[in-house]
Amino acid sequence: MTEVVIAGIGQTAVGEHWDISIRELALRSIELAQADAGGLQPQAVYVANMLSTPLSQQAHLGALIADFAGLNGVEAATIEAAGASGGAALRVGYLAVASGQVGVALVVGVEKFTDQVGSTVDAALSTSGDSDFEAVQGLTPTAQAALLMRRYLHEFAVPRQAFGGFPLVAHANGASNPRAMFQKAISLDLYARAGMVSDPLNMFDVAPLADGSAALLLTRPELLPPGFPHALVRLAGSSLVTDTLALHDRPDPLTFHAARLSVERACRAAGIQPAQLDLFELFDAYSIYTALSLEAAGLAQRGQGWQLAQDGQLNLNGALPVATFGGLKARGNPGGATGVYQAVEAVLQLRHQAGANQVPGARWAMVQALGGPASSVATHILERRD
Amino acid sequence: MEEISPKNILLKPARPVGIMGYGAYVPRYRLPASEVARIWTDGQAGLPIKEKAVAGLDEDVATMSIEAARNALQRASVSPSESRAVWVGSESHPYAVKPTSTIDAEAIGAVPNVQAGDWQFACKAGTEAMVAAIGFIGSGMADYALAIGMDTAQGRPSDALEYTAGAGGAAYLLGPAEKSLAVIEHTYSFVTDTPDFWRRAYQKYPEHGQRFTGEPAYFKHITESAQALMDATQTKPTDYDYAVFHQPNTKFPQRVAAQLGFTKEQIAHGLLVPVIGNTYAGAALIGLTAILDIANPGERILLVSFGSGAGSDAMALQVTEAIQERRDRAPKTQDYIARRIEIDYATYARMRGKLVMK
Amino acid sequence: MEIPRHWRLRKQRYGLVGEVCPHCDAKLFPPRDVCPECGQEAKTLYNFSGRGEVYSYTTVYEAPAGFEEVAPYTVALIKLQEGPLVTAQLTDTNGEQVEIGTPVEMVTRRLRSDGDERGLLVYGYKFRPILQQLISPT
Repeated sequence: MTEVVIAGIGQTAVGEHWDISIRELALRSIELAQADAGGLQPQAVYVANMLSTPLSQQAHLGALIADFAGLNGVEAATIEAAGASGGAALRVGYLAVASGQVGVALVVGVEKFTDQVGSTVDAALSTSGDSDFEAVQGLTPTAQAALLMRRYLHEFAVPRQAFGGFPLVAHANGASNPRAMFQKAISLDLYARAGMVSDPLNMFDVAPLADGSAALLLTRPELLPPGFPHALVRLAGSSLVTDTLALHDRPDPLTFHAARLSVERACRAAGIQPAQLDLFELFDAYSIYTALSLEAAGLAQRGQGWQLAQDGQLNLNGALPVATFGGLKARGNPGGATGVYQAVEAVLQLRHQAGANQVPGARWAMVQALGGPASSVATHILERRD
Repeated sequence: MEEISPKNILLKPARPVGIMGYGAYVPRYRLPASEVARIWTDGQAGLPIKEKAVAGLDEDVATMSIEAARNALQRASVSPSESRAVWVGSESHPYAVKPTSTIDAEAIGAVPNVQAGDWQFACKAGTEAMVAAIGFIGSGMADYALAIGMDTAQGRPSDALEYTAGAGGAAYLLGPAEKSLAVIEHTYSFVTDTPDFWRRAYQKYPEHGQRFTGEPAYFKHITESAQALMDATQTKPTDYDYAVFHQPNTKFPQRVAAQLGFTKEQIAHGLLVPVIGNTYAGAALIGLTAILDIANPGERILLVSFGSGAGSDAMALQVTEAIQERRDRAPKTQDYIARRIEIDYATYARMRGKLVMK
Repeated sequence: MEIPRHWRLRKQRYGLVGEVCPHCDAKLFPPRDVCPECGQEAKTLYNFSGRGEVYSYTTVYEAPAGFEEVAPYTVALIKLQEGPLVTAQLTDTNGEQVEIGTPVEMVTRRLRSDGDERGLLVYGYKFRPILQQLISPT
């Protein structure tokens, strides 16, 4: 199959972009990615977005963003898979380039939560679950994560404060990421004193939703501009897998089955084992998701994922660094753009451009975006080509 | 046709009718009357009851009726699809237009071969539905019919009604007397146009005639209907083991019982107003469920409702052997009264929609 | 207004009407027409008993639009006696000790209004600690 490389990356700061619209936000990361790639022009634009219809009253982002970026005439469409939208759009861009149908594909993730304030945002988020049988009961994604966490604590007799290890790692890494929403390390003591969000989830177990946009330009190596200045990063494995939409339809809610399959398939394509990874940009929308994702990837036994955060293994200099630029927890969770941010950050790591956040000698990275409680899972393996 | 006279005023079904199953419902929140007095009279007011039941935020006449109806069906062991009517009497139907009864009929599984309708006659809407069901079964048109009286009554803040306007009621599945747990032996209704209490369209709270609600309304209609029924059946208070009268407060049913010659003991089991408040269309009917929970086969009960506007339905019942095995099949009235969460006036104001949210 | 959607689901909402697989006898709620156990068609209606136990639960303080007036409220995963898990609110729980494993029963309550106070009232299942066990713990 044709090799697909990531030729350009761009990302805006994650936060509250009150003064710019969804199209302007998208344009910023697109311009950065194009500049990074030496001016490559895409023939296709895949927009990752989750909630622009209810939140910005704006559908049809493919045409809108292609137009606003001066790309009229290209192929463009929105790819939506809830929180996995960014990963799913990357998958579509990968397939387009790998198939030979598209020479240069632009994958741009954008989410604008701040076009609305108040409970309509929570109602919009709930549409990513089963509207007929979950949302109608007042279930929110956060409440659902709380249900998982309570059950996890119960089944595996985990000390409650153990989950603090995950946000500690994320915030420590976010502290040196200028684009992160929270650039401040936290202590376990602060975690223990945090306000309750949805028992047992506290404020530090929940990643903040925020605006953001990130972009990737994918192409074949032979189409790179002459004198391409960066180390080459290729997409070595790509996978998108679904599970039941509703959590209650699973025989074992504490297993992220789709995440397990997705990691297996992506790793098989890349020809590596998860243990060989140098870093894992996982989807820490909730600290319980981190534990379940580590277990699904085979990096921890069932019920043991929390232990990885106890002895430094997940730190930048640990055996398996995660959330190297702060993850969703500290960098922020810009919805459908998150999966694209993860890939941008992995590329920075593999190019060895991560500065203070650099994982030494990084060669293999895995990025994974979850839609709902791993109802959609997009996993990608990135490799530095020397 | 024979002319109506004191001797033949009773409503006579073509075949005898009885109660197949009954079910009570009382929501679990209680507002002590002292809380209302604390807010509006510095605690100085005399209290007409101890406390009243208040519906939860997710409860209304439809949901409360569903639970009572399920209890009635469970006692009766009759399939809901055999009930040919679901009639709900209330003055606090959740919709101004759209039947409560269709919600209830669908929820209990009685649709689609069923009559459904909402009844409104202030506090006697429930017994009115019951009398209609007696006619429906008594005529042979149907074998089973469900009649419900249920309310989440309104009381204007600081009004006398705010102390008592409670929530609760009961459901009765009626059927042929020979299969029943209590035979409805006699029925009589007494009605005049007496405007003692009303709520105009689009108004949130009812108006009432204060002391006018007493003698010309409550006492007149209850005593007339009860006395007429006893005269026509040649019975006297001592022929009844229990009596239940509409109970808007503690005093009225006690006084009307005394006027008619009933003792405190006869009304004690059905007198629930001190602990759940006035449940309006449910008030007389839930008094009856409390009595059926403890009555023995062969015992007789007199039930007299009162609805403002005004009228009273009087019924004489006799309990059968079937009560013994059926009454434990569902929660009893006192079970609901016992599950009690006390609330303060602020919580009450929130639950009853008295806080302005927009 | 979402009248047709709520109307369509009334049997499931009011009475926990699910399905039973005629091939392997698996009980399905919510109904899904294809049995996840054996993969065959499963459209036979089945009335669930409404009994079950709490699998997990939490409290929502920051309620989505349509639920603000009832917040805070408790949502749970209920393990039904017949096997399936179902997402539902717990009701009548303040003052009660709810834990994983607490036996619960289905009741029909108001879920929300469709839109504002002019909209349809949406009724459906919730669960509460079993009433009679509260009274006589035998």
